[in-house]
Amino acid sequence: MLNTNDILETISMIQEEDLDIRTITMGISLLDCVDSDADKACGKVYDKICRYAQDLVKTGEDIEKEYGIPIINKRISVTPIALLAGACPTESPVKFAAALDSAAHCVGVNFIGGYSALVQKGFAPGDHALIDSIPEALSTTARVCSSVNVGSTKAGINMDAVAKMGRIIKECALLTANNSSFGAAKLVVFCNAPEDNPFMAGAFHGTGEGDCVINVGVSGPGVVRAALTKATTCNITEIADIVKRTAFKITRVGQLVAKEASRRLNVPFGIVDLSLAPTPAVGDSVAYILEEMGLEKCGAHGTTACLALLNDAVKKGGVMASSHIGGLSGAFIPVSEDAGMIEAARCGALSINKLEAMTAVCSVGLDMIVVPGDTSEEILAAIIADEAAIGMINSKTTAVRLIPAIGKKTGDELEFGGLFGSGPVMEVNPYSPAKFISRGGRIPAPIQSLKN
Amino acid sequence: MRAVITVLGKDMVGILAGVSNICAETNVNIIEVTQSILQDMFAMIMLADISKSTTDFTVLSDRLSEFGNSNGLSVHTMHEDIFNSMHRI
Repeated sequence: MLNTNDILETISMIQEEDLDIRTITMGISLLDCVDSDADKACGKVYDKICRYAQDLVKTGEDIEKEYGIPIINKRISVTPIALLAGACPTESPVKFAAALDSAAHCVGVNFIGGYSALVQKGFAPGDHALIDSIPEALSTTARVCSSVNVGSTKAGINMDAVAKMGRIIKECALLTANNSSFGAAKLVVFCNAPEDNPFMAGAFHGTGEGDCVINVGVSGPGVVRAALTKATTCNITEIADIVKRTAFKITRVGQLVAKEASRRLNVPFGIVDLSLAPTPAVGDSVAYILEEMGLEKCGAHGTTACLALLNDAVKKGGVMASSHIGGLSGAFIPVSEDAGMIEAARCGALSINKLEAMTAVCSVGLDMIVVPGDTSEEILAAIIADEAAIGMINSKTTAVRLIPAIGKKTGDELEFGGLFGSGPVMEVNPYSPAKFISRGGRIPAPIQSLKN
Repeated sequence: MRAVITVLGKDMVGILAGVSNICAETNVNIIEVTQSILQDMFAMIMLADISKSTTDFTVLSDRLSEFGNSNGLSVHTMHEDIFNSMHRI
């Protein structure tokens, strides 16, 4: 029989330490829905999503009940819509957003990702149209999430796209000003975007993926933190081992759920994304893990080192637990979604500058950071450029999800509610990068040797 | 298919009987029972064969949790695979 302590450990992870499966995301290719008639294409998109994902939510709920593990979100990612929008140049891509939104509503998922364009090297006509339509699409739909890839290690950084995205983020916030500028929270600007990421808002179904696939994102910062709480006298080598062992267990649950969902839905299993994804629930915080390692507050000197250890140990532990790892995989550091980060930002321990340094060693980037509403689009673009540069040079995914809080200034609070939490408006450097941003062009792809 | 039924809470008369009754009514065969006091907590763990159960897994799970709730206990019914995959390589 199973060991009693093992059983009780699992139950306490789920009941007290917020272990959960953050998302089962079904990736659906829409490449076969391309049509020069936008209405026909939207009809095909709607039908395909509804057909493929009709049992997704129910299957997720059944697995949740049977295995006793909460599965928080069931979601869908689709082929970047710019590829479909390019075929109907006279029509607004917002039609596709509406089709995605109603399909998501029909199958009961809370978010659908893929209102996306990949422009790391240049724009095709569909990309221009899609990016220009993002503010309208995100403000007129509830469930659609958008992402734009502006750079990669292989291609460099498209500075025209960077400049454009600064403006788009601002417009998203303005159009949803009466709803906590929430539009901007549904938009991610990537460098080195992964094609199999199950986490919103940056999920899309890459063109190298199959017709339909199941990807699972795990969570569990609370579990790692609880394990470290018991390790008061351990040295850093032992801390790394504890994180590895815990990440292994968390990821095994993800693998089990992914396999089971894939079997029941008769859809191939893609990857497990072994990310530590925090929630605003007290305890379920990545910042608290860093503080548990011995920092007075997240953001103190030493934070980058602790995060580097955490991110690496999570990957080492998780890799062996699953047959395929992918997506973003690592420790997320979203400010508004993490109780410890919110606290650290409020008391001034955590600044955007420190967060930027942390993104060089975490899994993604500047995530869910609230900035003053009057931050100029050039400054937003320059923040994107900095972040993309870190990703490009270090061959890693970086992303920017900034929320300009319209009508608010540094020190105010913005409240989203639910898993999105709330965040203090953080100070940005006010000096202007306008001339740099207005130059346009491309930052050339970096050299891959002479790594100093 | 086998399920692990875990009962946690304060010790009292009739816990085993209550849980076994529900199992018997739904044709669930109890294979093994262990019981211990851990950190001042009463813990009973049952391994049960539910392949011939007359109800859905979810109904069984709900009935057991209900029994737990009305007696101040926390009762979890979970597929054994979650424990196997987490703790065995």
